[in-house]
Formats: sequence, structure tokens, C-alpha cells
Amino acid sequence: MSKYALFLGCTIPARQPNYELSSRKALAKLEVELVDLPDMTCCSPPPVQSLDLETSLAIASYNLCLAEEAGLDLLALCSGCFESLAIANAELKHDPELKARINRILSATGKQFRGTVEIKHLLEVLNEDIGLKRLKAAVSRPLSNLKIAPFYGCHALRPSELLKLDDPEQPHILETLIEALGAKSLEYPNKLKCCGGLLRGVSDKLALELARDKLLNASKAGADCIATLCPFCFVALDIGQIQIRSKLDETFDIPILHYSELLALALGVESSELALETHKIRVDKILDRI
Amino acid sequence: MVATKLDPKFKDEVSKTRGGQNIKRCYQCGTCNVGCPVREIEEKYNPRKIIRMTILGMRERVLSSEFIWLCSACYTCSERCPQDVRIADVMNALKNLAVKEGHVHSSFAKRLEVIEANGRLFPVSQFDNAKRKELGLPQIPPKNEEVQELCKLVGSSKPSNVGGGG
Repeated sequence: MSKYALFLGCTIPARQPNYELSSRKALAKLEVELVDLPDMTCCSPPPVQSLDLETSLAIASYNLCLAEEAGLDLLALCSGCFESLAIANAELKHDPELKARINRILSATGKQFRGTVEIKHLLEVLNEDIGLKRLKAAVSRPLSNLKIAPFYGCHALRPSELLKLDDPEQPHILETLIEALGAKSLEYPNKLKCCGGLLRGVSDKLALELARDKLLNASKAGADCIATLCPFCFVALDIGQIQIRSKLDETFDIPILHYSELLALALGVESSELALETHKIRVDKILDRI
Repeated sequence: MVATKLDPKFKDEVSKTRGGQNIKRCYQCGTCNVGCPVREIEEKYNPRKIIRMTILGMRERVLSSEFIWLCSACYTCSERCPQDVRIADVMNALKNLAVKEGHVHSSFAKRLEVIEANGRLFPVSQFDNAKRKELGLPQIPPKNEEVQELCKLVGSSKPSNVGGGG
């Protein structure tokens, strides 16, 4: 049985109970134990890195220190959190001078980074700890009527040198995990390109254009829904559809589901337990087909 | 057009800033532009040009530019760069230097205020915690004073705004 400290970050606990509930319930069915460390906070993602990288590494390391104290590896649901923590962990482990500088900043909190834990993405835990064989055997409600467009977003894969999740140009982990649920995983143009999520508020027009491109390509490919891994991609593509309707005068009606939601449904978790009302684009037509 | 004052040491300043180490390796092939999802939509965004301007020493123009804030940090350019310039990290280094000079995009300035006040980019309110309780999810402490202290170190100079956001 695997055991991890669950890293929720900021967006999931405040805005996306659908991501959290589906992940907790699915992982419980797969006998992965999750430990909540209450002091866990912000991962210090790219918007904070843009302001001050070194302080940002210190904030990320603060969370890593909490996991070190608990003697547990971390499991991140949000790809942005996964990236920020994995980069901080890798850079500090390999650069003693940087580690010393960050530890000087961290000493204000009484913490010291040692470099004794790993950070894993949800997909890695499913693929490596559970494995496809066990996962397939646990599926009680196969999603065989669904054609799903996998959407990796950026920060599960890149920078690949530090994240090491999969090939950054030709990944297959998400497609494989979608097919393990009995669904068909679709190919479509630009599936590895940015959702525009981090440009929301910086240039809303650019952000919506980037989201539109993914929605258009996935729709054209005949997708019943798009599977996401990151709360920012979810917002960009879900709420994004409402904004695209009003600002770009173009209508899409394609449900966006986190992979964890598809997983929970396939493992037999009742849809009423998953806070699916969080979705701006209704998912009823997906539920009707499974 | 007014002649731009050049600072020949700007490239050294960038290469000494974390993330900017490899900027001098750039030979202007343009692979970064080709794969850039932002450039595909907004032609004015041009990472190759920003790097060229930096190497030429156009310090003030680069640091006060709105364009450095349009990088979506997708890292496609970093993956594909034949010279391992690590363009996304270079953009981050340029933004860090811009902040020190007092240039920060307004939407980022707002995020700075939020994180300083809460230690989180999306604070969990009492309302959120009540909803979490209903859903059977554990409570999230609204503040973390230790992290708030760390957040106060972010962008320690007083920023002025670049660009209007939105």
C-alpha cells in the first residue's frame, strides 16, 4: 500500500472540490493512503517565480520541508504545483550553493531543506504504484462509450529534464491511462500546446484564443469530453467556454473533466459524491453514456 | 526614431541572474518563435527578438516591455532550443530584473498583494471551509504566518505598472 502527503496547493481547495473529491475517492479505492499536512501552502507557481525566483524557491521548499519532517513523499494533483515543487526539489538537491542560500531564507521559519523526499504527479502514482493491470481490474464501470481528448497542459511534462514524467514531444502516459478506463483516447492537433491559463488576467484575449484552439481541435476530432490534469487548464477550458461565447461569439459545448473524475466514475464512485456542479459546462451528457 | 541607449553589460547582468545563464549561446535560429503558442496568435510577441535586444544591450526597452510578461511559461521553446538557451528561464530572469527596476505588469502586482496578505495565491475563505466541511473535506487553515513572512521577501522593491492587463 502506498502512502503520500497530499499536496493540494491553492486553487484546488478554494475552487475545485470536484478535483479533490474525485482524487481522494479514487485513490482510496486503489488503496493509496493520503496524509493531509495542514501547514502546506502555496507551491509558488510561475506568476510568483516571475516576480522573484529565489524567494519563490524558498516558498516551494517550505512545503518540501514539511513532507521531509513527516517522512513522506508528496503527491501533487495540480500540474502547476507538481512542476514548481519538482523544480525546487531537483535544483536544490543538485546545487549545494543554491541550497545553502535558500536555507538561509528558510531559517526565518525554522525549516531546513535536506533533500530527502520525492514529488510525484497523480499520473505517476497511478502508472507506477498501481500499474495498469491493477487499475484495469479495479474498473467496475468501463467508459467504453466515451471518446476522450487527452489534454496534458504544460507543466506535467515540461521542463522534461527536471520533471521526467514522459517524453515532452510524444507522451503516452495519459492516453494509456484513459484507455485503461475502457474509453477511446483521441488524437487531435495541438494537444500538447498551452491552454492559455497563465495568461488569464495578463491578456484575456490571448488566453481565450489559446483555449479556443484546443476546444476547436478536440471538437473537430469528435471528442465527447476533454480530460485535464491541472486546475488552470480546467478553468481555461471550462469557464473559458462561457467567456468565449460572450467575447469571441463562438459556441462550444464540450464537457471538461479532470482525469481523476473520469477515474472515480470508472471505479464506481457515485456521480452525486463528486461535486460535479462545480463544472460550468454541464457533464450530464457524459454521465448518461456511462 | 530616438536612438536607444545601449548597455553592453546588460547581457552579463542577465547571464548572472538565475535562469539567464545560457543567454549568450543564442544564435538567433528562431526555433523558439516557431513553437511558441503565444506568438502563433500574437505576432508582436517575439522571444527571439527579446533575446537579441537583450544581447545588444537594449536594457531599458527590454525591462520596461510589456512583452516579457506575455510568456505563458509553457517551456516548449526551452525543450526545442538547439543551444539550450532555456528561453522560458531567460524570460523569468528578465521579469525578475524588471521587478527590481520597478517594472511589473499590473496583473502580477495584484497577485503579489494577494500572496503577501495570505501566503496563498487563492486564499481559502471561511465560506470555502464551510463548503469543504459539507463535502466531507478537511479544513484548510486560512493563514500560515511563516509563509507570509517568506512572501514578504518577494519583489522587495516598490513596483510601478507595465501594461494594463485584461
